[in-house]
Amino acid sequence: MTFTVHDLISLSPVLLIGVGILATLIIEMLVKESEKILGWFTFVLLLSVAYLSLILLDHTALVFEDKFLTGGRVNIFFFLFSFGAAVVSLLSMEYIKKAGIHFGEYYIMLLSSVLGMMLISGATDFIMIFIGLEQMSVCFYVLAGFNRRNERSLEAALKYFLLGSFATGFLVFGLGLIYGAVGSLSITEIVIGYETLKTSPLFLTGTLLFIIGFSFKIAAVPFHMWVPDVYQGAPTSVTALMSTTGKAAAFSALIIIFSPIIQAAYPSFFTPVISVLAVLSMLYGSIVAISQNDLKRMLAYSSIAHAGYMLIGLAAWNEKGVSGVIFYLVAYTFMNLAAFGLISLIEKRDLRGTEFSDYKGLGFKQPVLAGLMALTMFALSGIPPFAGFFGKYYVFLSAIEAGMTWLAIVGVISSVISVYFYLRLIVVMYFDNSDEIVMVTPSTSAMLGIMISVLLIIIMGVAPGSIINLINSTF
Amino acid sequence: MSLESVLFYFFAAISIVTSILVISSKNPVLSALSLILNFAGLAGVYLTLYAQFIAVVQVIVYAGAIMVLFLFVIMLIRPEAERNYFQERKSFKMLTIGIGVIVLGQLMFLIISGTSMFTSGGHSEQSLEVGTVERIGWELMTSYLLPFEAIGFLLLAASIGAMVLAKKKFE
Repeated sequence: MTFTVHDLISLSPVLLIGVGILATLIIEMLVKESEKILGWFTFVLLLSVAYLSLILLDHTALVFEDKFLTGGRVNIFFFLFSFGAAVVSLLSMEYIKKAGIHFGEYYIMLLSSVLGMMLISGATDFIMIFIGLEQMSVCFYVLAGFNRRNERSLEAALKYFLLGSFATGFLVFGLGLIYGAVGSLSITEIVIGYETLKTSPLFLTGTLLFIIGFSFKIAAVPFHMWVPDVYQGAPTSVTALMSTTGKAAAFSALIIIFSPIIQAAYPSFFTPVISVLAVLSMLYGSIVAISQNDLKRMLAYSSIAHAGYMLIGLAAWNEKGVSGVIFYLVAYTFMNLAAFGLISLIEKRDLRGTEFSDYKGLGFKQPVLAGLMALTMFALSGIPPFAGFFGKYYVFLSAIEAGMTWLAIVGVISSVISVYFYLRLIVVMYFDNSDEIVMVTPSTSAMLGIMISVLLIIIMGVAPGSIINLINSTF
Repeated sequence: MSLESVLFYFFAAISIVTSILVISSKNPVLSALSLILNFAGLAGVYLTLYAQFIAVVQVIVYAGAIMVLFLFVIMLIRPEAERNYFQERKSFKMLTIGIGVIVLGQLMFLIISGTSMFTSGGHSEQSLEVGTVERIGWELMTSYLLPFEAIGFLLLAASIGAMVLAKKKFE
């Protein structure tokens, strides 16, 4: 047994969040009205985890008998998960009071899901990916159904649970086949034996099933059926978490499985598979989103389309592609956090008020909220100078470099289609009028969360170079 | 006949008799109880194969946890009403028989042709060692320490989640 203090230091972001979960549990148990402090406690804890992962960015190490990788790209994912979840905890504080689910356990589940994501992103062994994925998913199932008195929330939780378990079935079956072919679940073993493995039908089928399992989690067509209902039915703050950091965690797992396969040979057996998934997701997401009347549903379909754009980067798989996907994930996380944060503010007490018609005339009655929403929509549709544009730019560029110009062209066409439904919301807010707008006074915490997200969208749009350099430096 | 083969035939006989009881008895509770005995017999077979850990897990997980779940389900769905299910659906019965035949065929194929195909010669010593509780405990505490601890957090999250969804505070 060999693990050293150095291992523990490298792993400290994960350990800190583990300790944080236990501390939250004890505070919840011992302190009266713990709900009031737990929100801020979670926020501070996640911020310190984010800070710690940035400090340890250069601390690349394989720890715990080569079961876990830290530093570099992994720590960028750590930062994304913890900072994203910190913003979610800001958005949640007032929202869960409004929704009547103001319990301390909400924050415990939030922290546990972040721990699961971290375990996925650093894994060098499929066992770790599986445990991390289950940890994240179990927390998401519970969070989706947290609003137990609301039928749509229950439906979302049940649907998510059933289809999620189904996806896990694919994944475990795939892992079983991979284990049968390789004789080990360690990624390094796959790299070593790749030359003989790449013709083994057992290994290829296993990897394909693994990709299918994670396609459920990233919401790629044709494994997207659960997305609209779950995103609509779950509490808005939970949707914000699932659609951003949850998706990023699943992408980090795909990056892990692809790195050995594609290092050995490009284009690999899986390049066409990923390309098809990307094209279907982009076009389906963008076209179906047009006909949606509910904002949360519209964002769910847009999330499917965004998964498609990110898959382009994986299909191209060059340095630009992978760093482009990571950049895109960061940008997408904060764009969606801002959008869902604003929706959660405007949502009514009975959790209605997420339809387009509820936003009529918002531009005149609530100029600040409407302005922020308009900015977020511009960013999501990929209009410069916001973060969304550069995400797409890097991903499309990588496809052209890899000789897959057609994929980039489909991506551009799909982005053009998507402009319609993002801008439709802006038209509704500024060019329609209605007397039914209820004035809301946004809470400080939620506004802080939205402001942080919007600020990051603008910074990433104005200075994308420095961030992409930071990501590139971790390879 | 060595003691080992006596034990093997003893446990194998238990497994076969109880598995026939599972499908032949009219009372579902009796079926479920026979299934528990069947699991116990299988655990005995595992023991004669030196797979102590699998034997223990078989008893704890299957005979313990999963069978309790079965009995709960039987209790909740009132099986009297379902008794005629197979009598009314002849095609369903054919399907189950078909699946049974396919599985039997696969197993026979493995037993007859598989002995040369699937034994990885020379590893039997090693696999004997892997099956022991000491070996698995050693692996869990050394090379699989991190996954082992992570599972602890997974179970914690799952139990908190279950309690949150079931508790009365909401109403």
